[in-house]
Amino acid sequence: MKPMAKNGILIVIVAVLAFAPLFLVRNGEFAGADDRAEKAISTIDANYKPWFKPLWEPPSGEVESILFALQAALGSGFVFYYLGYAKGKHSASKKDQA
Amino acid sequence: MDLRNLKNISLLIAYVLAVYIVFPNNAYGMHIMEGFLPFNWAAFWWIAMLPFVIAGVHSIKKTVTLHPSLKMLLGMAGAFAFVLSAMKIPSVTGSCSHPTGVGLGTILFGPTAMTVLGMIVLIFQALLLAHGGITTLGANTFSMGIVGPLVSYGIYKGCQKLGAPLWLSVFLSATLGDLMTYITTSFQLGLAFPAASGGVMASALKFMGIFAFTQLPLAISEGILTVLVINILSAYSQKELGFLGVFTGKELPTRKQGVKA
Repeated sequence: MKPMAKNGILIVIVAVLAFAPLFLVRNGEFAGADDRAEKAISTIDANYKPWFKPLWEPPSGEVESILFALQAALGSGFVFYYLGYAKGKHSASKKDQA
Repeated sequence: MDLRNLKNISLLIAYVLAVYIVFPNNAYGMHIMEGFLPFNWAAFWWIAMLPFVIAGVHSIKKTVTLHPSLKMLLGMAGAFAFVLSAMKIPSVTGSCSHPTGVGLGTILFGPTAMTVLGMIVLIFQALLLAHGGITTLGANTFSMGIVGPLVSYGIYKGCQKLGAPLWLSVFLSATLGDLMTYITTSFQLGLAFPAASGGVMASALKFMGIFAFTQLPLAISEGILTVLVINILSAYSQKELGFLGVFTGKELPTRKQGVKA
């Protein structure tokens, strides 16, 4: 099998792993850590008060989501820039040899 | 072939059902939030982190001076961790968590280099996203940037010694490193908040049960994605991987078209 076909299969597996829980766990809230962890800690130590607040918090879920999207976009932008660069360099050096 | 598929599918279903039964409600799994470690523990993890950060800076400097052409690849390893930690992926426990993405960089550049890159990602998330925190940066770096990469590195080297195929070494290394990160987080929380009965271990096990189950599918995803990137790199960046000693000498000349996956 070609490497690209293999990678395609791998991507499909990852997508299934990532999205299957949405269908498998019908009543899940799929919330993140923050408030839930607070509860878990307070069941162990009811008197614990966080002693430091984040310096800045995204004012809303929308603002938070754009920051997360930005993080992913910047990261994947560079990852794929590099992969393209490597591929281009590879085929250029192949041409030189030929 | 069909029988094997059937067995795999039934194993998957059994796993999901087991998770349902053990954790009917929402669980969570992510970094430790700002202010959620008592001051002494926060300070302890900060101090524990520092020697690794210093070693990491040295290790990165050394790599970059020896092979300036590797700077791009180093940036790519950092960017990979950056993307993966932004992905809050739903898991079978009905909550979300995110992979760490440090396995790839560890395999390429060694564990301490990823301490530095992991810390940078965590600082970004703590300051701009209020995810994790500055007071808990030490603890979070310790789990994501020190324990995770060290485990990844050990497993990768071990697998290579045993002669496992590259894809398997990479997969196990990234997956188990990711899992160990969250197991470390559980211990950190267990140490800071020992249960009234059973102490540190009872508390750590409680956190761990939740973390490990949430993280398991994500860790597998991270393992697969890391294999995928290594596949592409081994097709197009053979020279760079050669500098870094990612291939054992035997594999380099024979494998031209990427690694079996």
